[in-house]
Amino acid sequence: MTSLAIAANGLRKSYGDKVVLDGVDLAVPEGTIFSLLGPNGAGKTTAVKILSTLVSADPGTGSIHIGGHDLAVDPQAVRGAIGVTGQFSAVDGLITGEENMLLMADLHHLSKREGRRVAAELLERFDLVEAAKKPASTYSGGMKRRLDIAMTLVGSPRIIFLDEPTTGLDPRSRHNMWQIIRELVSDGVTVFLTTQYLEEADELADRIAVLNDGRIAAQGTAEELKRLIPGGHVRLRFTDPAAYRSAASALRETTRDDEALSLQIPSDGSQRELRSLLDWLDSAGIEADELTVHTPDLDDVFFALTSGTTVPNQPKEAVR
Amino acid sequence: MSAFSLALRDSSTMLRRNLLHARRYPSLTLNLLLTPIMLLLLFVYIFGDVMSAGIGGGGRSEYIAYLVPGLLLMTIGSTTIGTAVSVSNDMTEGIIARFRTMAIHRGSVLIGHVIGSVLQSIASVVLVGAVAVAIGFRSTDATVLEWLAAFGLLVLFALALTWIAVGMGLISPNAEAASNNALPMILLPLLSSAFVPVDGMPGWFQPIAEYQPFTPAIETLRGLLLGTEIGHNGWLAVAWCLGLTVLGYFWSTSKFNQDPK
Repeated sequence: MTSLAIAANGLRKSYGDKVVLDGVDLAVPEGTIFSLLGPNGAGKTTAVKILSTLVSADPGTGSIHIGGHDLAVDPQAVRGAIGVTGQFSAVDGLITGEENMLLMADLHHLSKREGRRVAAELLERFDLVEAAKKPASTYSGGMKRRLDIAMTLVGSPRIIFLDEPTTGLDPRSRHNMWQIIRELVSDGVTVFLTTQYLEEADELADRIAVLNDGRIAAQGTAEELKRLIPGGHVRLRFTDPAAYRSAASALRETTRDDEALSLQIPSDGSQRELRSLLDWLDSAGIEADELTVHTPDLDDVFFALTSGTTVPNQPKEAVR
Repeated sequence: MSAFSLALRDSSTMLRRNLLHARRYPSLTLNLLLTPIMLLLLFVYIFGDVMSAGIGGGGRSEYIAYLVPGLLLMTIGSTTIGTAVSVSNDMTEGIIARFRTMAIHRGSVLIGHVIGSVLQSIASVVLVGAVAVAIGFRSTDATVLEWLAAFGLLVLFALALTWIAVGMGLISPNAEAASNNALPMILLPLLSSAFVPVDGMPGWFQPIAEYQPFTPAIETLRGLLLGTEIGHNGWLAVAWCLGLTVLGYFWSTSKFNQDPK
């Protein structure tokens, strides 16, 4: 309990008849990145809104502690410990980037001099010096998001909530944002990140919880989650039905897909296993038209957990 | 930091933000000034002779004197439409959500809007007053004390209408709705003693015209600037102002403290 930055028990929230969060438990140790992963409408944003004091949880929710403060008892202390960057940019578009930063400095009660120093430093760090004197409404999506995070950092919060920080960003801006998030944690900050991108959670998070229909479907490290579902395989595809049939009868331990004329052979994808498999195919005189190696990734976990029980047989594959 | 100094400091930060907005984008405030100025010129130069005959002669200059106090208060009403619009606009911005998650004085967002808007109202009153003086309005024999009281009344009236306008802005989903909801701010002066005396209106309507917030304030301002009879209007005006301020304050803060959608 001592080193948890965020501890929430039985988080509940419904809007009218619609249950958005149905008893969600969260525990995030200090100094780690926690990712709440889920499809649109899973309740990610609602969770962030509750944890960041923006909306209140429904009665029946257990205790929520953020940075050691009880959210129900002392929301103002929670606010003092956190920084939030929401899904929709929380910048004042009518004033310049620099004025936005100074506004934050004033609201954190920094002295004029300190405020200017912090603002200049963050503008520099987030590559916004050139744009500092322009109204924030003229910024590109990536710039707005950077300004947004820079504003969040003015008060040096120990716990930062990032609600889909890379949604709508181009690949370069997304990678920049990842770099920024990694730097935050290296300073000992705790990051609570929501995302609908598995790659992002895999890339950044120490622990991942998959949220589906208002419940945590699974949680653990990326590795632990990947272990939850059936392992990898090698897939052989044929164009000639006759070749397919003879291969299928020669290879015993396979899963057949007669429609696609493809065979799946369980494999961990290691070089050694691949070589012995290839040798064996050669000796059996089987020549496939296409060979792909598939290792389970978070996509599989995600689909498995958020769409009932079946793992689709066409997830992302790497063609070798 | 004590609660009071926190409130003071955060509110003044929010005020600076709102004044910055007003300075960068003055068009809304200036547009809203057009209505009272156009009405002033229209009623003086186009309808002036007829209107002055209606209030018992004395010519156009007499009617300017009659008209100006009402138009100054109408200017405040018109400015507060801008308040409702900018509050409603502001609430759709992500920055407000950010403010709500910060350890700042909760009410400072609204207080900043209110003080900023009262200052804009006063600036607008000064501008419209300058136009009135330019076309011949003169305060006949007001003492320094009466000038101060007139100024105090204008500030109090602006404060009252602004808090109500903030509430109207908060319940409006967008700028158009806010501007519609705040329409009474500029319609009420038309149904007051601003343009014609209440006794000249149909009997059944007179009580409405006489006791709505604008008429007592207009009559009081008229009395202070021109020496006409104030009577019970002074107390009525102050009561309306205080009542609307308190009502608007509680209404707005309770709306603001509700969970955002």
